[in-house]
This record gives sequence, C-alpha cells and structure tokens, in this order.
Amino acid sequence: MQNWIEWAVAFFLLLGGSFVLIGSIGLTRMPDFFMRLHGPTKATTLGMGGILLGSIFFFSLSGGVSVHELLITIFLLITAPISAHMLIKTALHHKLKAINKTKGLDNVQPAQSKQHSRKPLP
Amino acid sequence: MRFKPKFRWLPTPYRSVLLFVVWLLLNQSVEAVHVFFGILLALVIPLLTLRFRDPQPLIERPMLALRYILRVFGDIITANAQVAVLILGPKQRLNPAFVRVPLDLQHELPITILASTVSMTPGTVSAEIYPCVEQLSEGEVLPQRWLLIHVLNLKDEAQLIAEIKQRYEAPLKEIFQC
Repeated sequence: MQNWIEWAVAFFLLLGGSFVLIGSIGLTRMPDFFMRLHGPTKATTLGMGGILLGSIFFFSLSGGVSVHELLITIFLLITAPISAHMLIKTALHHKLKAINKTKGLDNVQPAQSKQHSRKPLP
Repeated sequence: MRFKPKFRWLPTPYRSVLLFVVWLLLNQSVEAVHVFFGILLALVIPLLTLRFRDPQPLIERPMLALRYILRVFGDIITANAQVAVLILGPKQRLNPAFVRVPLDLQHELPITILASTVSMTPGTVSAEIYPCVEQLSEGEVLPQRWLLIHVLNLKDEAQLIAEIKQRYEAPLKEIFQC
C-alpha cells in the first residue's frame, strides 16, 4: 500500500474518532436532556461517516472494491433523526425539566390533551 | 400533489431505483446475475408492499430532489462542525429554546422529510408536530400545523424560522408540487 493511502486512512479515522468523542462529551457536559440530545444526533453522524470513509479507502486498496460501507452511512442518516425524534417526544410526554433559561417553553403543548379511555383492569 | 403512478406495474419508480442500487451495493458487483436479480427485486418488492402503505405523494422533480439531498449533505458537515464548537465552548453562553415553525406542507411524507432534515442540520432537533392528526375527528379539515423544534443556541427566532422555510420547506414544496 502506498504511503499516501495510509495517511488518508489515518486522517479519516482520526477525524471520525474525534467527532464521535465530541458527541459523547456533549452527552455528559450539557445541563439538560434536550441539549444533551444535540451531541449524539449530529456530531456522531459525521464521526461515523469519517470512520466508514477510512474503511472504504483501506479495504478498496487492500484488494477489491469495498463500497457497502455506503449503506451503513445511508441507514445511519435515515435512523438518526427518527430516534432523536422518538427520544425528544418521549421526553416531552414525560414533561422532563428543561433548564430555566430555556426560551419558548410555552410553545410546548401537552403531548396528549385528549384522555384515552382505558378500561379498568379486572 | 400526485398520487397516481404513471405505470401501474411501477408504483414507486424512485424507490425501485433505490432498491436496485442497494442490492448492487450489498453484493458489491455489477455482474449480470446480480443486475438481473436487482431488477427483479426492484420491480416485485414495491408491488408486494404497495398495499401495506397509505398512498404517498410521488416525487415530481427528481433533479431538484437530488440537489436537495446534496445540500442537506453539505449542511450536515457544517452542522457537525458548528455543534462541535458549541459543545466544547462555554456552556453558560448557550441559549436553548423551543421554537414553533408554521408549516405550509400538509401531507405526512414531506413533513417527515422536513422534520428529519431539521434534526440533521445546525443546532436544531425537531420535537413534535402540532396538532396531532390522531386528535382530529373524522373528516375534519386539517388546520395550520406547527413543527416544534429545540434549538441549542438561539440567536434570532424570526431569522431561524425564515431560513428553515426558505432553505428546506420551499424546495420540498417544489419537489412534491404541493
């Protein structure tokens, strides 16, 4: 393998790794749930993208083409917003506290204004 | 919005193309066998699964859709850099906020794409859509809908709403012609 390929692989792995790390730092560092959600949804996407690019470079040059990492990227891009949406929806439903300086809290409506009619358990 | 496909045997043309490409990527080859099976699956799977879904609007402007995807890719990269800076910066300076974005879109599919895009782009996560369709009674006209988003660092609310509407919602309206 040529020298510059090794450089490229190392660069992408480091880039991806540092973005994943930053996402995780965000998870611990932010004060409330809603802000914590921002790190993993975004920083991690690019991080995984970087690692997968490194993988594509590495395996493409050590024999044969390797492109099915692209599929992982696509699935990640599709599922990340959905899971973030489910998490934040659940948080709103449970009325989790946001930190005090959060603006526009009155924009949040109760998740369900209509009561479900539930049969009493026998 | 158009729901009726041009050919009955090809209900969702772009999804078929996507299936075909995914099949080739999974096999990592363009040999005749895989191409043949890819075409077969791309034709049969949409037909089989058509009845499981509600009718969805078809893409009217494919080139614009491609441009939209590329733009979102670019925005994801800038979003990552921005959020990384915000996370590592001082947290006292962050101004989190909930913002309501009024939606012009009505159908579920464009709204889903818009909400996902907002989640992937700088400093915003989409939280909820008001009012829920499930809360409306049968036959009631859809009211004005809102997208509730959580912003990590709010600078100017009106500007943010205008940017989302102009940068993401307008092309979606064009793509689905609604």
